[in-house]
Amino acid sequence: MPVLSAHWDEKDSFTIAGYQRAGGYKALTKALAMEPDAVIQLVKDSGLRGRGGAGFPTGSKWGFIPQGDNKEHYLVVNADESEPGTCKDMPLLMANPHVLIEGMIIASYAIRANYAFVYIRGEVAHVVRRVQQAIEDAYKAGFLGKNIGGKGFDLELVLHVGAGAYICGEETALLDSLEGFRGQPRLRPPFPAIAGLYAKPTVVNNVESIASVPAIIQNGVEWFQAMGTEKSKGFTLYSLSGHVKNPGQFEAPLGITLREILELAGGVREGHQLKFWTPGGSSTPMFTAEHLDVPLDYEGVSAAGSMLGTKALQIFDETTCVVRAALRWTEFYKHESCGKCTPCREGTWWLVQMLQDLEDGKGTEEDLAKLLDLCDNIAGRSFCALADGAVAPIISSLKYFRSEYLEHQKNGGCPFDPVASTNFAVVNS
Amino acid sequence: MQFTDEQLKIMDSIIARYPRSRSAIMPLLHYVQAIDGYVSPRGIEIIAEKLDLATAEVTAVSTFYTQYRSEPAGEYHVGVCINTLCAVMGGDAIYEAVCEHLGIENHETTKDGKVSLERIECNAACDYAPVVMVNWEFYDNQTPQSVRDLVDAARAGNPPAPTRGPNKLRTWKENSQVLAGISDGLSNEGVSAGAATLRGLKISKGEK
Repeated sequence: MPVLSAHWDEKDSFTIAGYQRAGGYKALTKALAMEPDAVIQLVKDSGLRGRGGAGFPTGSKWGFIPQGDNKEHYLVVNADESEPGTCKDMPLLMANPHVLIEGMIIASYAIRANYAFVYIRGEVAHVVRRVQQAIEDAYKAGFLGKNIGGKGFDLELVLHVGAGAYICGEETALLDSLEGFRGQPRLRPPFPAIAGLYAKPTVVNNVESIASVPAIIQNGVEWFQAMGTEKSKGFTLYSLSGHVKNPGQFEAPLGITLREILELAGGVREGHQLKFWTPGGSSTPMFTAEHLDVPLDYEGVSAAGSMLGTKALQIFDETTCVVRAALRWTEFYKHESCGKCTPCREGTWWLVQMLQDLEDGKGTEEDLAKLLDLCDNIAGRSFCALADGAVAPIISSLKYFRSEYLEHQKNGGCPFDPVASTNFAVVNS
Repeated sequence: MQFTDEQLKIMDSIIARYPRSRSAIMPLLHYVQAIDGYVSPRGIEIIAEKLDLATAEVTAVSTFYTQYRSEPAGEYHVGVCINTLCAVMGGDAIYEAVCEHLGIENHETTKDGKVSLERIECNAACDYAPVVMVNWEFYDNQTPQSVRDLVDAARAGNPPAPTRGPNKLRTWKENSQVLAGISDGLSNEGVSAGAATLRGLKISKGEK
């Protein structure tokens, strides 16, 4: 049974009344009755891992914050959701912002932070409204502010709205942005746990990770561990999009396969076959129909040569040109490269030019080798992982669809009809 | 022209949210856009003055982020998602159709100042592809015709309501104020979730 999405179909699920009717803020009372270290230990024991892409154990991250250091500590929630294909945190916050706030209060209590921030992307006005209202209502109800729950714990929670920069989803770029600078990644170490926001110990967590905490506190470690696989515990949101009959959010235990999710969603759109898909956004190497039975947990996807990422399952059928797809993603990385590191800043421009030529049928077979060589000189040579993500669609598409790249040259252009892949293809024809 | 006392007071309240004043630069830029429709020279100056920064430091930040504009946006700012999935599902066709229909290109505004256009990257609504944003509100599952109709209605001053958003589409300046963290009291309007968001939940309940 769904946990995160359980009450999204209620008309007032996003209000404090709706949330409390569903048992909201009870986990907070329970957590405040525990020692902060015991809360950290419980989250550690649950095996909850980061849902923002990297899969780092959430409780361990909390445990890295030095205690008794007489410094301010900060909690920052990454709600900058911008990875192509990723669309779980925004609907979650639209339908239930309070679960994030409750999770943030618990997390702040555990790491002994008195200031917490939600860094949300700026292109989602109505989600901003919902989160802002939820914060105001939580203050009014006494869940935020001074002496929360009569336990002497103070917490200020601020919503910070971004302004259109994918790179600010990278945690150190996010911190620079939150400090009022251009959002550019920092060299690590030091990690945010030691020197994060304002150079103080800081935990940066994804929305879904923090939103999972209240249910874990409420129901316990064993309940959480009963879901998922050996090293990937619990439930999560899988976001299915593209050429499928019924796209949407599918909450399931970690380890479900795409075949199973597709069955729930009614399969690939009528009369078409699966060609390629991403397991966790465009930065995770693409898969094909041969990967339908890969368990979608951290280990399963890694073993098959990609990454679980954000569990953004973008489905493309046989009408889609893979070169066009790779080119468009590469244009995205070029646009979003922050410009700090030369291999990424310059390299993504070269990648776009080469891919454009290939898509136009002006590329040669030697260009494919050159393209891979270029990828080699871009990945792993920058401060952050944006460049690694940029080469993922290129390398993986060449691995599975090399001949399609060459067909463009033979054909003197793209052999695909772009109309055939649209949602309204049937209407037009 | 000077900012009003009330506007200056709001700026101070934005700065007061943060432990360190410089952190207020982004909401202040959103707020300037709410007043002037873009990051105006006077906006840069007041932010620099309030935060004790050089104007060059404020400009350096504002030019980094794509939502901060160096020229006024239209009353209705239309963003067509052209990232891969939306593009393939019809975003490219929508973008072409709107350009042709309005006679403007990326980053341009119609002569009447009503509609501006932008190619946007993934907006976290892929299960509603192809997606169009107007003043950063969701318009889900669009087609070339639906967006032509949308911009026509907007120019006539009567845009349809967002798919998942308030009951009435607000102007670009009004929504910029929301992004500055100033409530417009509309959070209770609109659905809690769209159909695609509820897909898995409904199946789990046997409702389909």
